[in-house]
Amino acid sequence: MLYAILCYDSEEVVGSWSQDQEATTMARLAAVQQKLAEKKQLGPVARLLPTTAATTVRKGAKPLVLDGPFAETKEQLLGFYVVDCASLDEAIEVARELGKASGSEGAYEIRPIATFKPGTGVA
Amino acid sequence: MTDMAWIDAALTSARPQAIGALLRYFHDLDAAEEAYQEACLRALKNWSRNGPPRDVAAWLIFVGRNVAIDAARRRGRQKELPDEDVLSDLGDVEEEMAERLDGADYRDDILRLLFVCCHPELPATQQIALALRVVCGLSVQQIARAFFVTESAMEQRITRAKARIGAANVPFEAPGPREREERLEAVAAAIYLMFNEGYSATGEHVRARAPLLDEAVRLARLLLRLFPGEPEVLGLTGLLLVQHARTAARVAPDGTIVLLEDQDRTLWNRTMILEGLALIEKALRHERPGPYQMQAAIASMHARAKRIEDTDWAEIDRLYSVLESLQPSPVITLNRAVAVAKVRGAEAALALVEPLASHLSNYFYFFGVKGSLLMQLGRDAEARAAFRRAIALANTVQEAAHIRTHLDRLIKDGTTGDVQGSK
Repeated sequence: MLYAILCYDSEEVVGSWSQDQEATTMARLAAVQQKLAEKKQLGPVARLLPTTAATTVRKGAKPLVLDGPFAETKEQLLGFYVVDCASLDEAIEVARELGKASGSEGAYEIRPIATFKPGTGVA
Repeated sequence: MTDMAWIDAALTSARPQAIGALLRYFHDLDAAEEAYQEACLRALKNWSRNGPPRDVAAWLIFVGRNVAIDAARRRGRQKELPDEDVLSDLGDVEEEMAERLDGADYRDDILRLLFVCCHPELPATQQIALALRVVCGLSVQQIARAFFVTESAMEQRITRAKARIGAANVPFEAPGPREREERLEAVAAAIYLMFNEGYSATGEHVRARAPLLDEAVRLARLLLRLFPGEPEVLGLTGLLLVQHARTAARVAPDGTIVLLEDQDRTLWNRTMILEGLALIEKALRHERPGPYQMQAAIASMHARAKRIEDTDWAEIDRLYSVLESLQPSPVITLNRAVAVAKVRGAEAALALVEPLASHLSNYFYFFGVKGSLLMQLGRDAEARAAFRRAIALANTVQEAAHIRTHLDRLIKDGTTGDVQGSK
C-alpha cells in the first residue's frame, strides 16, 4: 500500500523561521528522507509555496477563479495532481478541465511547487 | 516538550495580531506593548509546560488584556492578584476567545496597527522606526544600528512618534472601505521604503541593515495574507522577494556591492524567486497594472535569466515604458535607457538620457549611465567628463571606485582626445 503523508503546520510560524532555523529543520527532514530512500520506500516529495501563492478554481457551470486557498473546511483533501505548465493560466485551464470532468462540487487549488524530488520509484 | 524555537517563531508571527487587538482595547501603543510583553513571559512559562495553544494570537490577546486589567485594578484598589496558576488555567476561555476572533477581526486590527505606525503625519523615517519597534518587535538597539543613530536618539525618535500619534487623535474604529484603500497605500509605501533602506546599504553597513530586508519581507507577506487578491500587494511582495533572493550574491565578503551583471546567480535563493514569480504572475492576471507590479515584473525578468546574456531586454524596455506612463519620473526614464541601450543601441539611449540633465544634475547614476553610453559611442572626452562628475557625486567609496575603473580604462586606452571637461 502506498501512503501519502501530508504536511500541516502554521504558515505564519514557518514563515517566521530564520534562515538558520529553516536550514536546521530541512537538514533534519533530509536525514529521515535519506533513510527511507535507502530502503526504496520514498516516493515523490514536494514542498509547496505559501497559500498566498495559491489560486483556486471553484467548480461549477461557470468556474470561478479566486486568489488564495478557498476550499471550504467541510471539503476534504482527496488527492492531488502534479502538472507541468508553462504559466498559471495554463494550470488554471487544466484545473477547469478537471473540474468539468469530475462534475461534482468542490474546488481545485493550484499551489506552485517550490521543491520537487521524484523519489526512488516505489511501486 | 515544546521546542523553544517554535515558541519564539510563534510569538514573533503572532505579534502584529496580538498588539493590534490590544491596541484596540487600550487605545495606547505603550499599554498594548506592555501587555503583550507580559503575555509573552507567561507564554514562555505556560507553553513549555502545557504545550502550545491552538490559537497563539488569541491566547496572547486574552492573557495580555487580563494582565493589564489586573494591573490597573491593582493600582486602583491595591486588591490582591489571583494566584498565578488560576490565571494560567485558560483552557475554556481560550477556546471561546479563538471562536470570536475570526480572520476579519485580525485583519482590521493588524491594518489599524500598521496604519497607526504609518500615520501620514509622521515623517517616513519615524513611520519605519515605529513599525519596526511596534509591529516587528525589533529592539531599539537593533533599529538604531540599522539607521546609524545612537540608541538614545532612536529612543527619542520613537517616543516622539508615539506622542505625535497620541496628539493626532487617531481613530481606532474599523476602517471603512475607502479609508482602507488609502491606508493600504500608506502601509505598502512604508514597507517599500523599509526595504529600500536596507537594500541601499553598502560597505560595513550591509550587515547592520540586513534585518530591515527580512522584516520588510515579513510585513509584505503579512499584508498579502490580509489582502490576498490585491494586485499591488501581490506585486510589492513579489518585488521584495525577488530582490531579497539576490542578497547572498549582491554583497562581496568585503561589503562591496556586486552589480547584477557580475553576480554569481547560483547564489540566488531559488525558492524565494519562485515565490516572487508566482505572486507576480497572479498579480498580472488581474489586469490592473500598478507601479509595484511593474517594478516586480522588471525584477522578475532578471530573476528568470539564468545568465546575464539570457536577459530579455526588449521586454524590460517594454515594462519600463508601462511604468513610465504609470509613474513618470526622470529616474525611471534613466533606468529604461539602460534597457534601450541593449535593445536599440547607445545612440537611442543617449537621446532618452540627455533631456533629463536639468532634473538629474546632482544624481550620481545619471552621470554614470551617460558616461558609459558616451564611451560606447566613442565620445571619450565627454565620457570622461561625465565619469568625473559621477565620481564627484558618488554616495559611497564603492560607487566612486566602480566609476573610476571605467575612467581609468578610458585614460589607459590612450585616446589622445582633449580633456577640456575635466574636474
